[in-house]
Amino acid sequence: MLSRTADNIYWSARYLERADFQARILDACTRLTSLPASYAGASNAWEGAIASTGGANLFRSLYDRIDEWTVRDFIAFNPGNPSSISNCLMIARNNARAVRTALTSEMWEVINDAWLELKGSTRQDMDRDEIARFIAWVKGVTQMFEGAAHRTMLRNDAYYFTRIGGAIERADNTARILDVKYHLLLPVNETVGGGLDYFQWTTILREVSALTAYHWVYRESVKPWLIADLLILNRQMPRSLASCYEALVRHFDLIAETYGQQGECQRLAGATLTHLRASCMESVFQEGLHEFVTGFIGRNHALGDGIARQYLLS
Amino acid sequence: MAMTAFDEMYGLPGDDLHTRAPYDELRRWLAATPPEQFAIRRSQAELFFRRIGITFSVYGEAEAGERIIPFDIIPRVLTGDEWAVLDRGLRQRVTALNAFLADVYGAGECIRAGIVPAELIYSNPAYLPKMAGRTVPHNLYVHIAGIDIVRVGEDAFYVLEDNARTPSGVSYMLENREAMMRLFPELFSCHRIAPVEVYPEALLATLQSVAPAGAPACPTIALLTPGPYNSAFYEHSFLADKLGVELVEGRDLIVRDDTVYMRTTEGPRRVDVIYRRIDDDFLDPLAFRPDSVLGVPGLMDAYLAGNVTLTNAVGTGIADDKAIYSYMPEIVRFFTGEEALLKNVPTWRCREPEALAYVLDNLSELVVKEVNGSGGYGMLVGPCATQGEIDQFRKKLRRSPEGFIAQPTLALSTCPTFVASGVAPRHVDLRPFVLSGTDGIRVVPGGLTRVALKEGSLVVNSSQGGGTKDTWVLEN
Repeated sequence: MLSRTADNIYWSARYLERADFQARILDACTRLTSLPASYAGASNAWEGAIASTGGANLFRSLYDRIDEWTVRDFIAFNPGNPSSISNCLMIARNNARAVRTALTSEMWEVINDAWLELKGSTRQDMDRDEIARFIAWVKGVTQMFEGAAHRTMLRNDAYYFTRIGGAIERADNTARILDVKYHLLLPVNETVGGGLDYFQWTTILREVSALTAYHWVYRESVKPWLIADLLILNRQMPRSLASCYEALVRHFDLIAETYGQQGECQRLAGATLTHLRASCMESVFQEGLHEFVTGFIGRNHALGDGIARQYLLS
Repeated sequence: MAMTAFDEMYGLPGDDLHTRAPYDELRRWLAATPPEQFAIRRSQAELFFRRIGITFSVYGEAEAGERIIPFDIIPRVLTGDEWAVLDRGLRQRVTALNAFLADVYGAGECIRAGIVPAELIYSNPAYLPKMAGRTVPHNLYVHIAGIDIVRVGEDAFYVLEDNARTPSGVSYMLENREAMMRLFPELFSCHRIAPVEVYPEALLATLQSVAPAGAPACPTIALLTPGPYNSAFYEHSFLADKLGVELVEGRDLIVRDDTVYMRTTEGPRRVDVIYRRIDDDFLDPLAFRPDSVLGVPGLMDAYLAGNVTLTNAVGTGIADDKAIYSYMPEIVRFFTGEEALLKNVPTWRCREPEALAYVLDNLSELVVKEVNGSGGYGMLVGPCATQGEIDQFRKKLRRSPEGFIAQPTLALSTCPTFVASGVAPRHVDLRPFVLSGTDGIRVVPGGLTRVALKEGSLVVNSSQGGGTKDTWVLEN
């Protein structure tokens, strides 16, 4: 496969995954601010949302106040924010358009329809109901893209790069949430705060659609260290760092098998997965959750560079 | 401008009672189908084209972004007998074009024999001295030709121009058929329409046949595009997909030791045949325009070393030249020993003083074209032009007469077409595609019918507001 084609496929998948993540942040945050005033954490919920997107500095340079409207504009629409939902969909579409031959027509139509609809029907001044529909629509687009990939793509290198793009972006997103909220996630038996913290924790779970999953896995009330466990080490949880790396290792192995060649990516992804599997929550908290997550984000980033070197720029 | 034109459905002008036989069923269908039904189908057609993303960009219209070429749902129909005549004529013409190009860059016999004036070749900007005396793989130049044909009467077909560089439009031929089959399956059960879907297969076989001598039995083929910002990018990606070959940009190719490779996720892979949709000038910054970022440094060296086949060959633009076109009857006779089966439109070469004088005196009745122009840019349609436009063109003509030819304004045939006010006759042309490989010539029965949507307009180019129709060749 052409290196450029792999590059476009990989980034299409990454940006669609990112669009989904941004939509979830916006969703969780809208929910948090509709809490009763007595839990008045509402005012900093918007700051938390911006921090979760990783665009705090950029946000400050674009707006002079932080509220529902500016945050919504930033996350959903602002062309000056490279990770805004509309930018993500546009970049995903541009990448897909350059390599239409490598995607199935079903995948292309999902992306192209999304882009056409976005151009035609989105407005900055949506009310809450409309923004809720918009968020649901964005999530639906990503799900349709994934579904189309799963159902229609040949299981060859193009498919593997699609999966790798999605998994590496998803790992980055989960890690970012943990990085922003690490101060809320405390080791066993250490609790601070009250109802507000509870809402913040459940918000983390909502951001990754894991509240129900949490109850199924742990069958007990929401505890911060278990949230950390779910998002970092739990192999059943599709957004956990461990799950993402299982997917990455699997697809890098398939590529290596197809090409008859191992390389940097197989080594890096394998090492990170080994590290995750060897960890338990005690050791993670001992190292320090913040340090652990920061270290992970760095390794995940290095893997991205490795992909570029090994496959995308040859 | 009131012009009486032959109508594809009704025949002679003013004879609406009579329908030409190949259109019998269509006319019944048009009369029997409720208008609302057509409105629904037309919007479905528009949606179909938009969804598959079959768009083009118009140069100089930044605002327009991606547009779709208007598609008209009333097909244009040719009988099997009409097609048989065209088919023979097209094969003969493309055979002559290939022999002419091999001769122009080789022995030069047609020039010595006085068939074409030497200066028209050697001082022509489309003539590439770099190619002189060089042999190209299998001595084939025009592997893919688009020959523009117009009709002015029941049996009167003319070649309007030869497109021997990188003719486009074949994706519309294929997608228009696809759209019609989806929208009006009932029409396909009451007509025997020759399939055009075999085109990609025919193209692939042609490209495989012209691989260089040392290439493997299943050569590696790539389609070279200028990229997503080119107006025909949709077609490039569409064809690469149908052919099952890589769609490459210049930056995907590298040349080492006069051999072309593409950059892949598994490392460099050798390329044997490049179906290039980039103009000669941009192919190789080391050989042609040094500022080209679309091309591949060293590509010409690999080509001239015989290690890669480029389709079409480099230098075919000379056969596109509209002054050369005017010599085609003589060229066909010289190289095939036969009279040309397809007629040329009578042409005044403005480089000749007597012709120029005539053209200047009759500008308001003639069509004047740049010899190197294409896409309908830079032409004057005298009967439709204002006095100001004519005066301006007169100045251009006087300044560089050798850059122009003129032709009588032909009454291009019309075909019923949906317009704002209902169904009305609009002028059409036809571009069939002719493939030349080492294993012979292939012509897919059909082509692209372009239609000038503006009332009275004779300019069918999509860049000038033209649309397209499905083209049916009925099987006998």
